[in-house]
Amino acid sequence: MDKKIEFAVAVIGAGPAGLAAAAGAAGAGAKSVVVIDRDNRAGGILNQCIHDGFGLHRYNESLSGPEYAEREKQVLLNYETAGKITILSETFVQDLIPESYGFPLAVMSTGSFRIIRAATVILAMGCRERTAGAISLPGTRPAGILTAGTAQRLMNIQNINVGRRAVIIGSGDIGLIMARRLTLEGAEVAAVTDIQPYPGGLDRNVRQCLHDFNIPLLLSTGVVKVHGNKRVEGITVAQLDSKNRLNLQTSTYIPCDTILLSVGLIPEHELARSAGAALDPATQGPVVDQHLMTTVPGLFACGNVLQVHDLVDFVSEEAEYAGACAAEMALNQFRSTGRVIQSGNTILPIKVGSNLRYVLPHTISKPGRVTLSMRVTAPEINFRVCVARLEKSDNRILLTKTFTRVSPSEMLRFAFNCDTVEPLEVYGESF
Amino acid sequence: MKIYDAVIVGAGVIGCAAARTLAQTNLSILVIEKEPDTGFGISSKNSGVVHSGIHYTPGTNRAVCNVRGNQMMEDLCSELCVPFKRTGKITVAFTEEQTQSLTKLLEQGKANGVPGIRLIDREKMEKLQPGIVGTTAIYTPSTGIVSPYELTIALAESAYANGVEFKFNHTVRSIDIPDRQKKYFLLHTETNTFSAKVIINAAGLGSADIARMAGIDEYTLYPCRGEYYVLDKRLKEALNLLIYPVPGAHDSGLGIHLTNTVDGNILIGPSNEYIIDDEDTATTIDIMETLREEGHHLLPSLSSTDFIRSFAGIRPKLAPPEEGGFRDFVIESRRDVRGFINLIGIESPGLTASPAIAEQVKELVGQLLPLRDRKDFIQGRPVIHNTPFLKKRFSDCSHDEKKTLISQNPDYGSIVCRCEEITLAEIKTAAARTIGPVTFAGIKYRTRAMMGRCQGGFCLQRLTEILRESFGITVDTQTLKGPGTELFTGPLRPSSCPLGKES
Repeated sequence: MDKKIEFAVAVIGAGPAGLAAAAGAAGAGAKSVVVIDRDNRAGGILNQCIHDGFGLHRYNESLSGPEYAEREKQVLLNYETAGKITILSETFVQDLIPESYGFPLAVMSTGSFRIIRAATVILAMGCRERTAGAISLPGTRPAGILTAGTAQRLMNIQNINVGRRAVIIGSGDIGLIMARRLTLEGAEVAAVTDIQPYPGGLDRNVRQCLHDFNIPLLLSTGVVKVHGNKRVEGITVAQLDSKNRLNLQTSTYIPCDTILLSVGLIPEHELARSAGAALDPATQGPVVDQHLMTTVPGLFACGNVLQVHDLVDFVSEEAEYAGACAAEMALNQFRSTGRVIQSGNTILPIKVGSNLRYVLPHTISKPGRVTLSMRVTAPEINFRVCVARLEKSDNRILLTKTFTRVSPSEMLRFAFNCDTVEPLEVYGESF
Repeated sequence: MKIYDAVIVGAGVIGCAAARTLAQTNLSILVIEKEPDTGFGISSKNSGVVHSGIHYTPGTNRAVCNVRGNQMMEDLCSELCVPFKRTGKITVAFTEEQTQSLTKLLEQGKANGVPGIRLIDREKMEKLQPGIVGTTAIYTPSTGIVSPYELTIALAESAYANGVEFKFNHTVRSIDIPDRQKKYFLLHTETNTFSAKVIINAAGLGSADIARMAGIDEYTLYPCRGEYYVLDKRLKEALNLLIYPVPGAHDSGLGIHLTNTVDGNILIGPSNEYIIDDEDTATTIDIMETLREEGHHLLPSLSSTDFIRSFAGIRPKLAPPEEGGFRDFVIESRRDVRGFINLIGIESPGLTASPAIAEQVKELVGQLLPLRDRKDFIQGRPVIHNTPFLKKRFSDCSHDEKKTLISQNPDYGSIVCRCEEITLAEIKTAAARTIGPVTFAGIKYRTRAMMGRCQGGFCLQRLTEILRESFGITVDTQTLKGPGTELFTGPLRPSSCPLGKES
């Protein structure tokens, strides 16, 4: 078999992460970048997000999803014209098994199956929605139960109406957006429920999608039973007590013909796992160092396959950086000659301290500027995050960031100039 | 009106097995089914286990058909290209009382003619399944697993290829039995009347009702629900063979257990709960919690993200709740209603027993009508056997095989369901070979699309397009499982350009 490396960087996925990663790689000097995408049109989930609110950080204006995607695609266009970036659409990566000499990727599309080889690979496949099965939705399994993102695609891309009266389980951002979308299309949204005592999505979405349309948000509320053998007929919900058990005395039956689920997103980590990359149980994405490289040398990850983001602007930022790192590695040497970026450095772990669910990156291999991202375990006011030396000492705190409000639904993200080679801990506390 | 030699009521695994066996003869046969497809009832909602036959009293229909069905299953599955695997099973004792029950089971199994059955000690148990708990066990190497829906579909396709007719979405509402004026049975559905010399009642949960329509009112069925969890394929290597607890004397099922499926998932279940409504396949919070706990206990490496789906099936039990346990299968040709054959109370091990029950049905029909075996009987499924590589799923092929397939049919290169790696070619064939109306559940059972960890999140929208574009099924008529289960309410707004296409 031909073992020639065709591409310096292969990017899997052409959503916001893949587009920015490819641009980042080409911008850093990679001469041959391939982007492999399963859809017929680059842009990923942005294409179905016809609401606005994208790009406030990156472009200082409020864009719709497709508009944001177009801006990102414009950047790629010049590289494509120059022959530096190739996009393979409607193409699936079958498997990805690292070899000593580059990454062979088995790719297939209608009428074609071939192996392509790249020096480095960037995973940018995004995430998938948790399903009714995954949350053990009790009751029957009739027609009319969809994840919110599937409903969004059906309505916004395929012009298909999914129902007339809906209950939305889970208050993740897509659920909130879909509550408004259904209402605007003349459907009734009877309620949005969440088992948590706080909403799962961004504050601005709660205000703009629920409050503005008088859609009730039932917090600390769980599902007792889905009714209907053929099409959904209704749903019984009840409040959760202090021990998180359903209090059946508060059971309420809500008639509806549709149930949408917005109960969390899971990184599409299957390729990472099959390539042998270590996964973080908290994020369900791969473990990475500050260059966003996984535990498999030459394999990078960015965007929602790494950690589920709430703002696409940060996806793009993260992915551009991953692209640049992957390009740098590919340009210096192929992975067979060693871990260029990390050579000579010890890999220092970052410990996840109190009140934080996770912290990225997982390790630091070299002093320099590091972007830290993290989520808190519960909503707090007057909160600070401290980056400190793990070793207890008087001057252990290296950086403190304060926030007036924090919530698990909003990722915290800030830069840290790491000038130490000692193990670190990042923790949060109220003050 | 056409007079059928035999009308089979019910296109579950029993009805379809009977149809295929009778299709080997000169008879004209019709199968009437209330659902839009085969196996939408209890045949698709069980553990998919091909039992060895240790659990039932020697000489009963249950014991005889179980052991015989187990013997027949491997050849049958190979003839029909249905995935089957002889995994073996261990039935484990934890207490002194259970150890004594094991001895009884061993004797019973031997009396039933279960091949290779033996008691094994801890050491051997550990060898078969490292990490297993319990003190002693019975090992039955003949226990296997099969895809219950694929078997049912395959039996139907084979019967259909041999001239058996099917009427789906037809519920039998009443039956006129033969009398002086007319020689034949009349079966009335909402819209049609069919006439038959012989009726075979294989209506599963509805079989007591069908019998009652013919004036046979001695049977009552007690629906008994079993809930299951389906686990992610990630755990496929975790379980070498089936592991069951020793059932108690009055249990209505065989206890919560782990079962491999031929597709690589693991099932946890089933529970055991008598219910009122025989269509109530709801899962319940309490039982799902028990199953999760049991799962974590039996499979310590289980993580909360490994639960991908729950479902429930319903056993048509002849034993009322206060009695518990099992009553024998009713397999009878009625003397009072000549020409009426009852198959009632066929719960576990009905799937295993299905080919053996079909043999008995053929014998009973032979006592009523002259039977001649056909010389031109087609053993397999032409639709599968004539399509290269369909005997094997694309996802199970090697790189070279995939390459060849794609070069022969470009649609093999287009993935529709990415979790299970199901291609456009497989979806199109499945829709084309469906005997009745095409439904999403039918596509699911034929291909495994939507059965993976994302549960259709990705492929549902693609399937919608394929059914519309390649099969002309408009979005407002696309159903999950027949009339009343429409998935969508129609187009969002009138459109001059085709749905989903950019102008």
